Amino acid sequence: MIDVPELALVALVGISGSGKSTFARTHFKPTQVLSSDYFRGLVADDENDQSASAAAFDVLHYVAGKRLAAGRLTVVDATNLQSHSRAGLVKVAREHDVLPVAIVLDVAEALAWERTGSRPDRTFGRQVLTRMHRDLRRSLGSLAREGFRKVHVLRGPDEIAATEIRYEKLYNDKRELTGPFDIIGDVHGCHAELVALLGKLGYDTGRADAPHPEGRTAVFVGDLVDRGPDSPGVLRRVMAMVAAGTAICVPGNHEQKLARKLNGRQVQLTHGLPETLAQLESEPESFVTEVQEFIEGLVSHYVLDGGKLVVAHAGLKEAYQGRASGRVRSFALYGETTGETDEYGLPVRYPWARDYRGSAAVVYGHVPTPKPEWINNTICLDTGCVFGGSLTALRWPTRELVSVPAAQEYYAPVRPLSAIAEKPDEGLDLADVTGRRHLDYGYGRTTVDAENAAAALEVMSRFALDPATLVWLPPTMAPCSTSTLDGYLEHPATAFADLRGVGVGKVVCEEKHMGSRAVVRVSRTGDGDAIWTRTGRPFFGPALDVPLLARVRAAAAELFTELDTDWLLLDCELLPWSAKAGGLIREHYAGVGAAGRHALPAALAVLDQVAARGLDVGGLRDRIELRSAEIDGYSAAYRAYVRPTDGLTGVTLAPFAVLAGAGTSYASKDHGWHLAQVDRLVAADAEIFTPTRRMIVDLSDASAEAEATDWWLALTAAGGEGMVVKPYAGLAVTDAKGRLVQPGVKCRGREYLRIIYGPEYTRPEQLGRLRNRNLGRKRNLALREHGLGLAALDRLAEGAPVWRVHELVFAILAAESEPVDPRL
Amino acid sequence: MDGVLLTVTTTRPPATDLGYLLVKHPGKVHTFDVPTGTAYVMYPEATEDRCTAALLLDVDPAQLRAQQESFELGAYVNDRPYAASSLLAGALAKVFRSALRGASKDRPELAAEAIPLEIRVPVLRGSADLATRLFAPLGWQVTAEPIPFEPEIGGDSHYVDLRLAGTVRLADALNHLYVLLPVLDDAKHYWVAPDEIEKLLRSGEGWLAGHPEKVLIARRYLAHRRHLAESALSRLDVAGPTSDEEAELPVARKVSLAEQRRDAVLAVLAEADAARVLDLGCGPGALLAALVKDRRFTEIVGTDVSSRALDQAARRLHLDRLPERQRDRIKIWQSALTYRDDRLRGYDAAVLMEVIEHVDPPRLPALEASVFGHARPRTVVLTTPNAEYNVHYEGLTGMRHSDHRFEWTRAEFQAWAARTAERYGYAVEFRPVGDEHETTGAPTQLAIFTETTTEVTS
Repeated sequence: MIDVPELALVALVGISGSGKSTFARTHFKPTQVLSSDYFRGLVADDENDQSASAAAFDVLHYVAGKRLAAGRLTVVDATNLQSHSRAGLVKVAREHDVLPVAIVLDVAEALAWERTGSRPDRTFGRQVLTRMHRDLRRSLGSLAREGFRKVHVLRGPDEIAATEIRYEKLYNDKRELTGPFDIIGDVHGCHAELVALLGKLGYDTGRADAPHPEGRTAVFVGDLVDRGPDSPGVLRRVMAMVAAGTAICVPGNHEQKLARKLNGRQVQLTHGLPETLAQLESEPESFVTEVQEFIEGLVSHYVLDGGKLVVAHAGLKEAYQGRASGRVRSFALYGETTGETDEYGLPVRYPWARDYRGSAAVVYGHVPTPKPEWINNTICLDTGCVFGGSLTALRWPTRELVSVPAAQEYYAPVRPLSAIAEKPDEGLDLADVTGRRHLDYGYGRTTVDAENAAAALEVMSRFALDPATLVWLPPTMAPCSTSTLDGYLEHPATAFADLRGVGVGKVVCEEKHMGSRAVVRVSRTGDGDAIWTRTGRPFFGPALDVPLLARVRAAAAELFTELDTDWLLLDCELLPWSAKAGGLIREHYAGVGAAGRHALPAALAVLDQVAARGLDVGGLRDRIELRSAEIDGYSAAYRAYVRPTDGLTGVTLAPFAVLAGAGTSYASKDHGWHLAQVDRLVAADAEIFTPTRRMIVDLSDASAEAEATDWWLALTAAGGEGMVVKPYAGLAVTDAKGRLVQPGVKCRGREYLRIIYGPEYTRPEQLGRLRNRNLGRKRNLALREHGLGLAALDRLAEGAPVWRVHELVFAILAAESEPVDPRL
Repeated sequence: MDGVLLTVTTTRPPATDLGYLLVKHPGKVHTFDVPTGTAYVMYPEATEDRCTAALLLDVDPAQLRAQQESFELGAYVNDRPYAASSLLAGALAKVFRSALRGASKDRPELAAEAIPLEIRVPVLRGSADLATRLFAPLGWQVTAEPIPFEPEIGGDSHYVDLRLAGTVRLADALNHLYVLLPVLDDAKHYWVAPDEIEKLLRSGEGWLAGHPEKVLIARRYLAHRRHLAESALSRLDVAGPTSDEEAELPVARKVSLAEQRRDAVLAVLAEADAARVLDLGCGPGALLAALVKDRRFTEIVGTDVSSRALDQAARRLHLDRLPERQRDRIKIWQSALTYRDDRLRGYDAAVLMEVIEHVDPPRLPALEASVFGHARPRTVVLTTPNAEYNVHYEGLTGMRHSDHRFEWTRAEFQAWAARTAERYGYAVEFRPVGDEHETTGAPTQLAIFTETTTEVTS
């Protein structure tokens, strides 16, 4: 039985014919084994071509590197008899911070000669085998020195055949521990505050091992000692808890230095170490020995709770998590410094947290900060207790912060705590959004093409709001399937059929307001409030946005309280259309109308004069007359959405969904709930809000459908754009197979569609042509954008870092660059 | 189905001779197939005293759409079926081909004679003012009535009902229309190829060279393809059109200012002894071209957020044709200044020439963090307009460019620069660029940031 770490680079060592390949085949999956013969074949078409060895090992190392980077055990099947070839493997292992392991298969040269004799392609003589055997003997003594952390030597065919491999977890792998945890920041000898905090967290501090009645586990991020009044007290407490299993602990740089001192090493007596040493003077020697052993037994970081949580004193970047190497340990203890010092003489730290993109939350201490803040899913809990700040714990998985103030300043900080008061900027990395990107967003998967990302980047960086504000963009919406009813391209019957087809039983028909889509974020304090367009631009500009948001904020006051949230995200239509699109209407729609209404009567007048001269222009005249009626219909259609506005006077918002609040996505609430909240807003300020008319329809009830159809006909006859038919159950409804369904389909009115398809689209031959419209792309796009948006709301709710939300919002914008018929 | 209309009336007795000139009998309705639909010629009045020929173009939108490949909504619903444009000009050239040449088998003397004419184009895109500037110099009495929007919308549309009256040769009148209708409309329906120059010169013979608006006519007729317009104008023996860049500013100083700015930036780079340089927000690559010429720059990186600008820059630098060693000096990357970009770290200098004024003020901290905090070049050279100087630009209202989000006074710029330098560990000094005015300063302000500490602010 030999032990191999779950993640390791295993080098098999042995002469030709020692049974390496058989051993590898017996104990490992074929894909885990990289054989030099195979790679020689890959690059040279000949597994025995020794001149191809250099190239073959290049490729082998490359593949090994990719596997190790992904955290996969990798076995190298090569003779590995030369120290330089093994050095290459040790290097690859170190680059990926995994342990190099050697398994030596030591068989007699005679047996190996006999075995290789049966190979038809044996190309070497006995003297080669003799030389190999000599190399093996020489290697045996030096493997550990070369960096192999474990060396297993298996002697003779019997031992080799009998060997079994047992995988061992790395010390830092505590994924099976699920807590719940209370992670406690740097204590620095502040024993009284530690006891107070443990008490506040519910631990029974009357007992030395301080058990928690609910079985919670304390996790110490290190720096238990130095500077403070009672480092031995803190150590005694933590050691008892760790021994009893009520706490786990990672070491800090201060423990590290203390252990070195206790080991008799020369260290500088600074940064509060003399205080600790003085305090230990009065402790029995046995205690000091226990402390020494305790510190030496500490593991520099832990991966906890199924891999969702990582604890290390100075934090840990993603590539180092669950890995083992000197530099991993050094990072965990000291962080990454740039080698420079700041104006206080303190080391300048590289802001690894700002670049952190890992999925595990990293909780750490080390650098005092006035207020713990999440930065890209990492948080520093050192709130400078010993400097007169506070001692802080993070409850996991609830992410609640609990702290107790320091009784006094025990030690003067070199750099005042307030000198780093500003929240560090999370910032966004170009690599978060550009290039061809695959996104698995929970509701589906999508690929963002590089060229669409490039287009989105331009819009995002030149025109859009700050990504921290821009947490959601509205998805596009597909129309209902094309109707074949005489004179109609879209009709409620197909809209209902579409939803029935995906298993929806109850729908809400909402009046479709014809204006401009607006997303509104309002908060109790007004901080960070914004209103933006479907491409993320500020809506009108500050002069109008600010007073508009103030009105919404005032109207939402009750909702904030009732929903227990500091802010709300509303999906709205801003009316009238002309408020935002006035220029477009004049330039395009009304321009076409004016031109047509002037040109066609002029042509008719000419034709009438020609007819009066006795010439036959009948057919032509009829066509132009029809066309003249059509252009009037077209003009009436856009005119219905034009109303005078002056500043905010005449501008209203029609909200139809309350998307999110603090810590919550409301996507799962049904539309009855959403509309009820909206009605509250309308009731609070009927001037700034426009209600949304609606009708709830049971799709198994034909008379309800007929009633809704009449309602739609009346709505559109009165100049309405039409309606949106949504699954009543909410925004994230799925079909029987669990796939997201369209959040709604639009069903646009017959007259409204003249604006879209042209004044003459209702003619039978035109309708015939338009009925071939293809909705597939539009539906696909609508569903993808919708899913990305839902995922963005989820991530926002769980407090994800800005980049995690932004990558989804960016993908929605990029999707909008895909070529889709804009009339749909 | 539709009606793009043009009528031509003469009152020269016998007025019905108009039929001979146009080679279309007044007693019939004539029908022609044209590439974008059907054209009709008919006579609403035909008496001895007054005869009117009407050209009615029935545009088939489906046929028109087949010529376009656009997902713009305008490709589906537009004014082409109603407004006179290059479509009507094309139909006119086809239907009245011999009249346009001034040829007439039956009435040659009449074809050569200036006769009293009235022309009406009921719907034409363009302003009354421009219509007058275009037709009046050719001897027409111009009445251009703006077509109003409906009262609900209010005001006038961008269309006019155009009436011309004058005593002009019919062939000249038709040539005027052939050239000037598309010029007023300013949206050619077809790809403008170099042979359009010939068409323009042929139709403009005898009147275009002396026309006060010939530059505008050539540019618009040739669909704003500058080199075609220049070629046409050089053959008309007049100076070429001004560049589009210049058109942004009401004064003609900008070209020389751009050069002065470029020189000032290059001088700073030389002083800073920079060899590896970033041009952040390089646009179409004007500065890159200057940098490439100077061997001291061993690595030149141009970034912009607009892929179109980067394509233009690559073309300008002939990247695809450069020898490998030259090509290796130059990199063109899409990047955005509000995101940090690891590729931009470790350079000697970065230039932000007329860039920050295109960034919304709330996004400036992100720009500062990405440039000064993350890329951290040793030297940053940054230029931006001096708002105080704007009073010297006659006719300038608002800012110098439609995309400027702000323009700073010297005090505002220096306050921002000092704050940024302090925060990120740079020293900053300022220089004026361009002719300095006693009270308002120079048109461009330039700041040089020099790294003093290597502190990384997180």
